[in-house]
Amino acid sequence: MHPSPEKQRDMLRQMQTIRRFEERASADFRSGAIYGVVHSYIGEEAVAVGVCAALNREDQIISTHRGHGHCIAKGADLNRMMAELYGREAGYCKGKGGSMHIADFGIGMLGANGIVAGGIPIVTGAGLAAQLEGKGRVAVSFFGDGASNAGPFHESINIAGAWKLPMLYVCENNMYAVQTPAAKSLAFKDVAARAAGYGIPGVIVDGNDVLAVYEAAVEAVARARAGDGPTLIECKTYRWRAHTERPAQPDYRPPEEIEAWKKKDPIPRLVRHLKQQQGQFSDEEWQELDKQVLKALEDSVTFAKASPFPATDAALEDVYAD
Amino acid sequence: MPIQVLMPALSPTMTEGKLAKWLKSEGDDVTAGDVLAEIETDKATMEIEAVDEGRLGRILVAEGSEGVAVNTPIAVLLQDGENAADIGDAPPPPKAAKAAPAEAKPESPGNGAGNGAAKPAPQPVVAAPQAEKEWSGATKTQTVREALRDAMAEEMRRDESVFLMGEEVAEYQGAYKISQGLLDEFGARRVVDTPITEHGFAGLGVGAAFMGLRPIVEFMTFNFAMQAMDQIVNSASKTLYMSGGQMGCPIVFRGPNGAAARVGAQHSQCYASWYAHCPGLKVVSPWSAADAKGLLKSAIRDPNPVIFLENEILYGHSSEVPDDPDWIVPIGKAKIVRPGGDVTLIAHSIMVGKALEAAETLAGEGIDAEVIDLRTIRPLDIETIVASVKKTNRVVSCEEGWPFAGVGSEIAAQVMEKAFDWLDAPVARVCAEDVPLPYAANLEALALPQAANIVAAAKSICYAD
Repeated sequence: MHPSPEKQRDMLRQMQTIRRFEERASADFRSGAIYGVVHSYIGEEAVAVGVCAALNREDQIISTHRGHGHCIAKGADLNRMMAELYGREAGYCKGKGGSMHIADFGIGMLGANGIVAGGIPIVTGAGLAAQLEGKGRVAVSFFGDGASNAGPFHESINIAGAWKLPMLYVCENNMYAVQTPAAKSLAFKDVAARAAGYGIPGVIVDGNDVLAVYEAAVEAVARARAGDGPTLIECKTYRWRAHTERPAQPDYRPPEEIEAWKKKDPIPRLVRHLKQQQGQFSDEEWQELDKQVLKALEDSVTFAKASPFPATDAALEDVYAD
Repeated sequence: MPIQVLMPALSPTMTEGKLAKWLKSEGDDVTAGDVLAEIETDKATMEIEAVDEGRLGRILVAEGSEGVAVNTPIAVLLQDGENAADIGDAPPPPKAAKAAPAEAKPESPGNGAGNGAAKPAPQPVVAAPQAEKEWSGATKTQTVREALRDAMAEEMRRDESVFLMGEEVAEYQGAYKISQGLLDEFGARRVVDTPITEHGFAGLGVGAAFMGLRPIVEFMTFNFAMQAMDQIVNSASKTLYMSGGQMGCPIVFRGPNGAAARVGAQHSQCYASWYAHCPGLKVVSPWSAADAKGLLKSAIRDPNPVIFLENEILYGHSSEVPDDPDWIVPIGKAKIVRPGGDVTLIAHSIMVGKALEAAETLAGEGIDAEVIDLRTIRPLDIETIVASVKKTNRVVSCEEGWPFAGVGSEIAAQVMEKAFDWLDAPVARVCAEDVPLPYAANLEALALPQAANIVAAAKSICYAD
């Protein structure tokens, strides 16, 4: 069942927020205002938004090195995210985490994780805690097709299956692990097929159709809350940009492939749906929504720039808890 | 009849908290679900939601009050037709409104408006605490194995959020029988057998700790924990820092470390210096049964990830243990197990026994050795070491690990930095030979540090050989 028109608009706003956030992060990275490394989520917005729309605030997620989209979809504050990318004191991690370590435990965002597959066991532990607690919370692991080849994925999903943990394993199959095509690392086409080996359902979804992602997530969440264990959801999607925003990083993917996927842009797709199915969404409203998103992004950059760099004492803080 | 609002508990272990802020004022109307106030503990901030409707008649505990005990009445709600006079001066009647902990959220600045009372800045290196209280009460003779089991059982009784997971810990009661009786007492929810997947279950422990539980993760031996190194180092030890102090990882990783007897190179490694290298971890490695118990209890209560390095050979060793479930040994404090004036022998775990044996031999040759049991590797109790060096002017470090960047290397460097003028000889290191541990009995004995090596090293720096 499709979500209400209001909820669809919220989902559209979130996807557009992720899109604009990533555009801004890339631009500011290229200009030198943001350092280190930025992994763009553009093209994959429907996965984070579709899944998180099926969750409650109390549910837990864990993200990856490509984590901005999951943060925004779970409800993170743009100002504090941008300030973190800028390495400022007001950032989520006081400027000590950076793009790959943004966390907001208050909204159930247990952090991005810079190690491929590293977050999967951790969020499975959140699932174990949820099961022990018995209040119906669920936990969601986002990861890529590359991580599905790594040991921690298999160890975690095996335990979750055996113990019927309330988990969603959401694979964003964007067809490439950095530059290596998935076909070179998997002997079969679908990551979802791996679920059979662990005795849990595996579902394949068009990862550029936010409503389809949402519906698959709703079903998996219901299973998890009912105590029936985890689901592996494979979302077929594509990242538009190179693995990272670092300059001079060659992208060997075929340009026609990239162009073909851009035509499957999940955002206009939802806009079209809202216009056609609901008939209540005008061009003016869409423009207004985008304007508001851009304004929020501009405000976040202003907020980030206004925040000081961390005080030098901060370098030695938060190593140990008291 | 006016309704009391009580100080709620954020967790089963919370006993008190700070009433940070009132979001409603006296006289405000309140409907169910309204946020009344924010309270803080050392770990988190949470909101108190109203369960009943009414008007906030009186605030009994002012905002900013610290140490407010759980279940203390903090406000009184008036219902229709009641006014402040109905509250009276006497304590309100005992019909208590349930104050629901709405939403536990880690403390961090800007997370909600103005709730971030700054907490004191933690120091990067935890200062060595006072030694445990001198024990004059009853003791019982226990093996290290029993002491470890009792420590876990007592802490699991004390705190519902403590649970044990690992390979063979439940039905089989531990590969080395450390968890005897725990499944029977605490059930399968809190004593959990895992698949043989160290990376996976160590990571599950980390995630459970992030959620506020207090996992004890048993590794069948620390040799297998290399599979879990990413979780221990990249996530358990770094998340507090990387998240800007939002959430730490209260977890214990424990199991036997170092050589046992004739099990070959892959089952015999000492990891003390590996883990001690990492900021964010505490590393404990006891020798006596009393310390095994007292330190494991401290480790379970510690808000940080603690690496608890046991020793297979020591499991069956017995010594006197204080007979008191409240008795603990603080992490970070070394112990002088044999006072002496001529040379300081510094050891941990099984090497303490060998150092004591060496000290007896040295005594026979007129050299009076002081033996320090480090007990904790990180934070290192350098104060106790330096005080001893100022007395003896000579140091031998003894460990079962390899020499390169070992615990002894760190001791030597710190003694040089902090007690250079008191040294009468270079610091001597007694370590394992710099080779993977061989299997043959004669070669294994050669490769592992023995009391005779300690004696030779001590005599060498006393210029007595």
